[in-house]
Amino acid sequence: MANLSKTKNEMPVQDPKARAKNFDEVALGYTEQQARDEAERCLNCKNKPCQGGCPVGIDIPAFIQKIKGGDYEGAYQVIAKSSSLAAVCGRVCPQETQCESKCVRGRNGEPVAIGRLERFVADYHNAHKSGNVNKPQSNGHRVAVVGSGPAGLSCAGELSSRGYDVTVFEALHTAGGVLVYGIPEFRLPKKIVADEIENLKARGVKFEVNTVIGRTLLVDELFEDGYEAVFIGSGAGLPNFMKIKGEDLNGVYSANEYLTRVNLMKAYRTDSDTPIKHSKAVAVVGGGNVAMDATRCALRMGTERVVLVYRRSEAELPARKEEVEHAKEEGVEFMMLTAPVEVLGDEHKNVRALLCQKMELGEPDASGRRRPVPIPDSEFELEVDTVIAAIGTSPNPLIKNTTAGIDVQKWGGIITDENGKTTRDMVYAGGDAVTGAATVILAMGAGKDAAEQIDKKIRP
Amino acid sequence: MYKILEKQPLNPTVTRMVIDAPRVAKKARAGMFIILRVDENGERIPLTIADYDGDKGTVTIIFQIVGATTHKLNMLNAGDCICDFVGPLGNPTELDGLKKVAVIGGGVGCAIAYPTAKALHQNGATVHSVIGFRNKDLVILRDEFDAVSDKLVLMSDDGSAGQKGLVTDALKTLIEQGNEYDEVIAIGPLVMMKFVCKLTEQYGIKTVVSMNPIMIDGTGMCGGCRLTVGGQMKFACVDGPDFDGHKVDFDEAIERGKMYAEFERHAYDKACNLFKAGK
Repeated sequence: MANLSKTKNEMPVQDPKARAKNFDEVALGYTEQQARDEAERCLNCKNKPCQGGCPVGIDIPAFIQKIKGGDYEGAYQVIAKSSSLAAVCGRVCPQETQCESKCVRGRNGEPVAIGRLERFVADYHNAHKSGNVNKPQSNGHRVAVVGSGPAGLSCAGELSSRGYDVTVFEALHTAGGVLVYGIPEFRLPKKIVADEIENLKARGVKFEVNTVIGRTLLVDELFEDGYEAVFIGSGAGLPNFMKIKGEDLNGVYSANEYLTRVNLMKAYRTDSDTPIKHSKAVAVVGGGNVAMDATRCALRMGTERVVLVYRRSEAELPARKEEVEHAKEEGVEFMMLTAPVEVLGDEHKNVRALLCQKMELGEPDASGRRRPVPIPDSEFELEVDTVIAAIGTSPNPLIKNTTAGIDVQKWGGIITDENGKTTRDMVYAGGDAVTGAATVILAMGAGKDAAEQIDKKIRP
Repeated sequence: MYKILEKQPLNPTVTRMVIDAPRVAKKARAGMFIILRVDENGERIPLTIADYDGDKGTVTIIFQIVGATTHKLNMLNAGDCICDFVGPLGNPTELDGLKKVAVIGGGVGCAIAYPTAKALHQNGATVHSVIGFRNKDLVILRDEFDAVSDKLVLMSDDGSAGQKGLVTDALKTLIEQGNEYDEVIAIGPLVMMKFVCKLTEQYGIKTVVSMNPIMIDGTGMCGGCRLTVGGQMKFACVDGPDFDGHKVDFDEAIERGKMYAEFERHAYDKACNLFKAGK
């Protein structure tokens, strides 16, 4: 029975007051009944506009039809044909600007909650899967993947399903890249990432952690070892700083450092040896999803006051609307049209305040957004003991510096052609290492596309 | 997992371990470092490589028991395993073209200065080593330095080993005696490196220091190891760990090193109490 409701089934979430004090997942997931009810909102359009909005081209109407019929495992199998990380994407994809933005139901009301349905299906699969895995038949070719973030995992998954013997090299001690060091537990439980990696291992993908390509091993050595192609998905891990006075003070973090301490190193748990500052008041500078993650982690660390400092207005915040709303509900203060000028310290070089100035919006700049202009004599001190800079990251130059023949852009991004091939033969790249900081799903799409191209090249 | 092949206390607070890590050993050079995690809940700590043998596939680390993690590490014995051991990270010390060098080591910093002195010696350079300790009980690597140095001066704060005084006193004497060094390489406590640099600046001798700040990943990701060098922000892990000592802002680095002092004190007490209670 078609569901003509103009609104999505609401996602059940933890109460904001309670969740602001714990690291458990915020969104609880649809029940079976909610999922089937939501699936009934899908019109099963013949031309499938939603599929065109998906960077990995999932046959969205097909999986939703399976949900309607109660065949959740069948629905998972439809997604699995195009995506190796359904449980991750169902949680962190910006569906509102991708698949759901193309949904016909969105023209008059809210689109179908495709992301929530994807998550339901993936969680169902992970809860009910049998131990039996269909290990693909080996084709005898070996490929190395550098980095175990979304691009690397997706590339490895696609290659392995085509029969390749794939080894993924990871610099940190845990595989998952930004999915484990960056995105917090309450948005993406690490168990889910670990499950997805176990799925890949069960299919024969090998993981070598604690291996820094460019230091422990060189790309050239991978070829010498018999890998026929190398995919670089090393991400954009180098944090940008604000370049203002006082950034050297104790209590100034890059969002990368703060999030890594909390997420990868589990500094929020009492049994972790990793230290972190227990702050009274935190200012997070920036407006993207990473900034939202930093504010919400800071709250959960027991910080009394968490302020987001952003130089444009709320309309320009690059973060997902859902993240902004969640952060507000939990108690993050939004200080818009405010720019940091200097971090002020006490006599022990600890942060005591962030000197800010108010801004107003002027003419549009190169990005098309209205340029923030300082208002004269509007400086004020925001009393905080911690400042977190969440103003973007750049690609890591390590591989470029240690590998001949890989050209990069002026800002560090690896140059590739439309097939994901770098300027060096048999070396491919994708994800943030190529585009600069972007989304999980775009990186996954790039990894998957590169896998196809590598396959075409090795087995023409 | 990375197996501990040998363990040897060098003095009551400093331990030497030889770790089975063939890939790290193959690429290791003087001046580079590793990051290790003792166990699943452990923090990641950087340690500069004290020695390496690419053929045997071993890497030697020498650490001072200063906090909870080094205490935990020191609880392990030969045959036990370290959970994670990654490297080699950072850039090797640049030794090419150096003909005569003064290598200055302070305390446990001698562990890092030693492979540099050894590499210089193997390159055929004249090596004058000055190593300093608080007292005779804390002296480490004396014979090792002796074997690779054309001249070795041992200093101690209280005069119980070698000459009484600071490494800067000995270096000053060597310079005043007319030794012309292409470079001074100083590795030790921040305060020591700062004063070595102040001294050599007066004589216009290029001085390289090895920085070992707080860091997590060691690949440029966290920015926690940032320093100001020549007025610019540098990351010790990817831009260093060696820097031109005359350009390093030591006072800032000293303050940054205290960031987690309180946390570390608590963690250390906790670890020691656990140990006293019989684990």
